[in-house]
Amino acid sequence: MSILEVQNVNKSFGGLKALQNVNLKVEEGTIHAIIGPNGAGKSTLLNCFVGKLVPDTGSVIFDGQSLLQKKPHEINQMGVSRVFQTPEIFTDLTVFENVMIPCFAKRDGSFERNAWKPVTNESEIRDRAEQMLIDVNMIEKRDMIASSLSRGDKRRLEMAMCLSQSPKLLLLDEPTAGMARADTESTIELLKEIQDRLQITMAIIEHDMGVVFSLAQKISVLAQGTVIAEDLPDAIRSNSKVKEAYLGTAAED
Amino acid sequence: MLNLNQRDTGTFLFVIIIAVLAPFIMNPFPTDSAMAQFNAGYPDLMQRFVIFGIFAIGFNILFGLTGYLSFGHAAFLGVGSYAAVWMFKLLSYNIVPALFLSVIIAGIFSLFIGFLCLRRSGIYFSILTLAFAQMSFAIAYSVLSNPKFNLTNGETGLQVYADDIQLFQVENLTTPHLFGWTMNTTYELTLSAWDFQFNVGYYVSACVMLFMFYISIRIFRSPFGLMLRAVKTNQTRLNYTGVNTRPHTLAAFVISGMYAGLAGGLLASMDPLAGAERMQWTASGEVVLMTILGGAGTLLGPLLGAGFIKYFENILSKINDNVLHAWFQYLPEWLENSLVWVLHWFTGKGWHLTLGLLFMIIVIFLPGGLMDGANRIREALRGRKAKKNLQTPVE
Repeated sequence: MSILEVQNVNKSFGGLKALQNVNLKVEEGTIHAIIGPNGAGKSTLLNCFVGKLVPDTGSVIFDGQSLLQKKPHEINQMGVSRVFQTPEIFTDLTVFENVMIPCFAKRDGSFERNAWKPVTNESEIRDRAEQMLIDVNMIEKRDMIASSLSRGDKRRLEMAMCLSQSPKLLLLDEPTAGMARADTESTIELLKEIQDRLQITMAIIEHDMGVVFSLAQKISVLAQGTVIAEDLPDAIRSNSKVKEAYLGTAAED
Repeated sequence: MLNLNQRDTGTFLFVIIIAVLAPFIMNPFPTDSAMAQFNAGYPDLMQRFVIFGIFAIGFNILFGLTGYLSFGHAAFLGVGSYAAVWMFKLLSYNIVPALFLSVIIAGIFSLFIGFLCLRRSGIYFSILTLAFAQMSFAIAYSVLSNPKFNLTNGETGLQVYADDIQLFQVENLTTPHLFGWTMNTTYELTLSAWDFQFNVGYYVSACVMLFMFYISIRIFRSPFGLMLRAVKTNQTRLNYTGVNTRPHTLAAFVISGMYAGLAGGLLASMDPLAGAERMQWTASGEVVLMTILGGAGTLLGPLLGAGFIKYFENILSKINDNVLHAWFQYLPEWLENSLVWVLHWFTGKGWHLTLGLLFMIIVIFLPGGLMDGANRIREALRGRKAKKNLQTPVE
């Protein structure tokens, strides 16, 4: 069953057609990669999922409900979490507070009414946040201010924040962009492990082919705003249109 | 105690003790000594300490936690004062209904202004609030004080007249009171050379301040307070975490507006007069200074800042040229005159210059305000260096 269905989405900025008739289906429980060269419209597409942009035409259906005209926080409350290209975390707060916030948002909805009972009494939330930090191996850093974390740790923290909400769909925008090789590999391991353990559906936008082929169960290739191929990784690897899009001309080998 | 953690209990007890003993603490110099002019233990000034403390504590809930810098909070202070004086005019001099209405009216007012201004953030938000406050000032100053409909009594200021309705007025209570306890009653205690004053108005205001301080601690430590701090740090992440930031900031705005209204009501209760100048932008700027000077986002900071600024305002402005000449009369005349000439710019009417310099020094060298300074001293006393990245967790 597909959890996210994108149908005939068009989006243009002025004269530039960023997306043209994009169709996409993300199956539940899989890792679906969206790849494409620079300027292919990957980020535009992602922004249409999360409520940052509204497509000009077409529909985006998540779990049977349309995502169009919904605000980011409403979409998150429906079960879509997002990891950003550069980790977006609460840099002035401690690691532990960072993880508690999404837990509160998940339990109490989009407006936190409790302005009286101290956070220290919320044992249910604290246990959950602690468990999430143990899961990503960051429990010993719980009282550090988040801005002092290394980049890799910031990414793991962001991941823990998203996972603490047990999302139905996790969107990842180039999760390994700008990372050192070792960090990239540990991120891939982390994602794989999450997939195995929690069976969370993921849609991942990626540039790095190595990452894509070692992670994805299905791949959509975007080029110049359209999906030129959607298939299993092995089929994509040998697809001539994809090679052309990436290399400019048909591959010579 | 009171469902606070150990550290906050300590802070709260500290404030209670200071507030109760203020008439002694603020009055360290014997009445007849030359230093007596530095005493701050007289009712009028002590009342201001705590009332502006309430104002700053409330402002800190908005600015310190969410980072939204409002330049128009004096409007709520002024509205609170007008509401209180109207209660005196219509009902009686009892301050309870007056304070009650001050808070309600300021709340409604801030809900309206906040709803409009919070559509923008950053500098645009600040400018919008400033514009609304100046509009409120202009409306109070002239528009709402015409012979047909006189709500504010314009330039003269709103006050209670003998022919006012005062439905429940008790015969011999002709000044604001709390169930018969008049605000301007002062008991004096003379201990050898010292003269201590215990004023009813001060203690009533101090009790209100302590209560409001307690509420602010609870807000700081609650999940709602955590969300407000998250708003300050990263709104994008908060939105994508399923939190709607607008109602949080609006709630913080209204809460701080109600604090300001309460402070305004108390000001009118100490002296039953409300003028439009209370709403002017300089008054809004003052509370910003208090909060930043003391330490935005800290519990004690705004109280410290309010005390600091009100002290300098009242004490420095009393030091005029005659006082200066008296200080330096033992010096050769040319030196006396030149010293007085220099200090003249910093005291008396020039006290703003001193305040500005102090503010600059503190902001440059202690970015976290006076609380930052206090923490550094404490760290130094403990003999270990403050580690920037490993600050004590705030929760």
